[in-house]
Amino acid sequence: MASKFINITLKVWRQKSAGTKGNLETYKLDKVSTDSSFLEMLDQLNEQLIQAKKEPVAFDHDCREGICGSCSLYINGRAHGPQKHTTTCQLHMRSFKDGDTIYIEPWRSKAFPIIKDLVVDRSAFDRIQQSGGFVSVNTSGNTMDANAIPIPKADADSAFEAAACIGCGACVASCKNSSAMLFVGAKVSQYSLLPQGQVESKDRVQNMVRQMDEEGFGNCTNTGACEIECPKGISLENIARMNREFLKSNLSSEK
Amino acid sequence: MSSLDSKIPNGPIEKKWTDHKNHMKLVAPNNRPKIDVIVIGTGLAGASTAASLGEMGYNVKSFCFQDSPRRAHSIAAQGGINASKNYQNDGDSTYRLFYDTIKGGDYRSREANVYRLAEVSTNIIDQCVAQGVPFAREYGGLLDNRSFGGVQVRRTFYAAGQTGQQLLLGAYSALSRQIGLGRVKMYNRHEMMDVVKVDGKARGIIARNLVTGEIERHSAHAVVIASGGYGNVYFLSTNAMGSNVSAAWKIHKRGAHFANPCYVQIHPTCIPVHGTNQSKLTLMSESLRNSGRIWVPKKKEDAVAIREGKMQPTDIAEENRDYYLERRYPAFGNLVPRDVASRAAKERCDEGYGIEANNTNEGVYLDFASEIRSKGKQVAYAKGDHDPSDEKIIKLGKEWIEEKYGNLFQMYQQITDQNPYETPMKIYPAVHYTMGGVWVDYNLQSTIPGCFVAGEANFSDHGANRLGASALMQGLADGYFVLPYTIANYLANDIRTGSIPTDTKEFDEAEAEVKSSIDNLLAVQGSKSVDSFHKKLGLIMWNKVGMSRSEAGLKDAISELRTLREDFYKDVFIPGTANEMNAELEKALRVADLLELGQLMALDSLNRDESCGGHFREEYQDKEGETLRDDENFKYVAAWEYKDRDAKNSVLHKEELVYESIKIAERNYK
Repeated sequence: MASKFINITLKVWRQKSAGTKGNLETYKLDKVSTDSSFLEMLDQLNEQLIQAKKEPVAFDHDCREGICGSCSLYINGRAHGPQKHTTTCQLHMRSFKDGDTIYIEPWRSKAFPIIKDLVVDRSAFDRIQQSGGFVSVNTSGNTMDANAIPIPKADADSAFEAAACIGCGACVASCKNSSAMLFVGAKVSQYSLLPQGQVESKDRVQNMVRQMDEEGFGNCTNTGACEIECPKGISLENIARMNREFLKSNLSSEK
Repeated sequence: MSSLDSKIPNGPIEKKWTDHKNHMKLVAPNNRPKIDVIVIGTGLAGASTAASLGEMGYNVKSFCFQDSPRRAHSIAAQGGINASKNYQNDGDSTYRLFYDTIKGGDYRSREANVYRLAEVSTNIIDQCVAQGVPFAREYGGLLDNRSFGGVQVRRTFYAAGQTGQQLLLGAYSALSRQIGLGRVKMYNRHEMMDVVKVDGKARGIIARNLVTGEIERHSAHAVVIASGGYGNVYFLSTNAMGSNVSAAWKIHKRGAHFANPCYVQIHPTCIPVHGTNQSKLTLMSESLRNSGRIWVPKKKEDAVAIREGKMQPTDIAEENRDYYLERRYPAFGNLVPRDVASRAAKERCDEGYGIEANNTNEGVYLDFASEIRSKGKQVAYAKGDHDPSDEKIIKLGKEWIEEKYGNLFQMYQQITDQNPYETPMKIYPAVHYTMGGVWVDYNLQSTIPGCFVAGEANFSDHGANRLGASALMQGLADGYFVLPYTIANYLANDIRTGSIPTDTKEFDEAEAEVKSSIDNLLAVQGSKSVDSFHKKLGLIMWNKVGMSRSEAGLKDAISELRTLREDFYKDVFIPGTANEMNAELEKALRVADLLELGQLMALDSLNRDESCGGHFREEYQDKEGETLRDDENFKYVAAWEYKDRDAKNSVLHKEELVYESIKIAERNYK
């Protein structure tokens, strides 16, 4: 790892709280190691701000290994920055050049209101999950043996690929309609591909789509930005599968 | 010094749990809605506890500091979850999983708890599949298994390198269902600041709303702490940035004993340290040791040439490589337990064979070249090509590796900018998991009545070293299959209590204390950031209470930590106020607790004059550098009682470990 250092200029969205007006602030940051992750670069900025007795920039982050889905950030106009299939915490400063100016903004969507600076409220995703993103099976030591129902490997693999969604919200942030169809489609797909999800499949897709609409997410117009910007490479096929499930449930539901 | 009652039921080990369940008190379904339970943390243990209690009909309040319960750090677990299903017909059984875990823990865990864990392990897999967790499968549609360190069977269930994610999302889905049904009330972005005791029992908590800064009171008939481990005391670890000891430490300060804090797991396969601004270390799953071979150069001059960039690992001929784990431990090879593999890596690097060009030269290779060849050949044969070209073998082998470990290889490349399909991974041990934790009895109840502790936050199952793929198993066992029974047994006495009021003296006092501790920290207005203290704490811990410990080093650590703590309260600078989202304040409150814990870890290490599992005292090793246990004097759980901020005043209580079912022996992986 040949480490080198770069000097950069940052334009960061600062907003005191949900109710106040925000603006882009400019910061100079020197001697950033190209081996640092993007969030370690922000740590460095915050250390500099703290040394100057100023308030550090608030941003969500936790695992820093690309799996918890906490980190977000619109970087130079792209969700999670320039690198494909990469969360912000896994983006490294070697993707930038000495002298670069980097714009950092929060997710922008009506359904994700800003809390402070770069931190947004993504609890709408939780509420969609609560409306139907589960199999209604109570805890018991007496469910059937795990191998009682063989599942074709291809189905299990596709269900896993859909279930790999980390719920970060990049799909919503990068969609011109602020649609959550990729997120919801992935969850619906996971269950629709598995026998365990079949029993409740009609109610699940109806309830999750209803909740998604209530939260204020937009519709899908098949632009495909979500798939391109998704750090986990969740496929548009999941949206198509959800649409099929939804139509099927409309046609056959007793409700 | 007193002895502790672990409340292990009588009878033969294989009947203890069943008999205990048959005789515990129950709470009738119509009484459960009158009872409130608070659960702190939404990882595997917390989410499964909250979901199960909600399903049973209790009123549950669930708290997490993250913006969603789905973010808890269980999500980052990679390799898998153990269960003694014996689907692979290789002789697995409840007893064997039990035995492997006790031996893996270097005979420092409690037999009855471990047996129960092994017993319910199979139910976990059934439950998760029923929830729609997409585990990896074979072409016939049945579940696949892999092998992990310290065992000679294949009992690990997995979902690529994202098993923790899939299990946590399963538990999160069960929790979400209960939230949707109104049986669990979820408090995202809330941090527990203290536990409130009424008449000696845990009856609620003080929490801080991390968005508004508001201090809130919440009451309950029982409190469950499932807040994870304390690896972040080392600053650099594989833990999430927010992982902390505070919930566990607050109950410790209120009377819960803290057990075996010196037992820390240093995981052998992590990406080596690269710079001073680094904020965390990244694990490369132990499952990779199924396919990768660990080595360093045999010749020191080769190691030097590699560090100087004059040589590539691929330039080193087979006969000049030292596959030191295969050499030292032929029976288990690259799949020895974590503590053994970590120490062996340190030994090679200390001797000058390290290959990483960082300040300490600490790094060894994890090489997939032979596995790529052998699996490539197998795949070609399976496809009917019995004379595959070299090129084809390599291509198919890489595809096989990608299917098994794709996300890990991608993560490695993102972090290091090197392609592990072409060149060996560089790895080095890093702090990963903490076996120590809050002392609990067989019912997972701490020494505070009504305060239960689950998952990594308790000490109970892994002894001095945890085997791979057993953390997920324990978290879900505690939450799905143990606590729902043992809590009911406790709550059966509370069906007439009625809801606990929060406008009482106890809540007033606890809230006032929390507020003053926040105000005191904010009032310091010193010159140094919280992180700068955390980094200093981490360095002391890593150098003196890390992989290798000595009496002199530990004594130094205890006094250096005292100085650091005093300095913290004199010179920390926290910007902003208490009445807003304030990440620096959150960190400061956590670091304050870690500073106290660090000292207790050093004290516990100093007290334990032996080497066992992850606890390696330089004074106690044989001539080959293996651990020397002292069963005569240290076959006990060290549970510490809090007295004040300085750990030297903590009081030691002992729980003697009794081995009735397993013959205690030297731990041998050769």
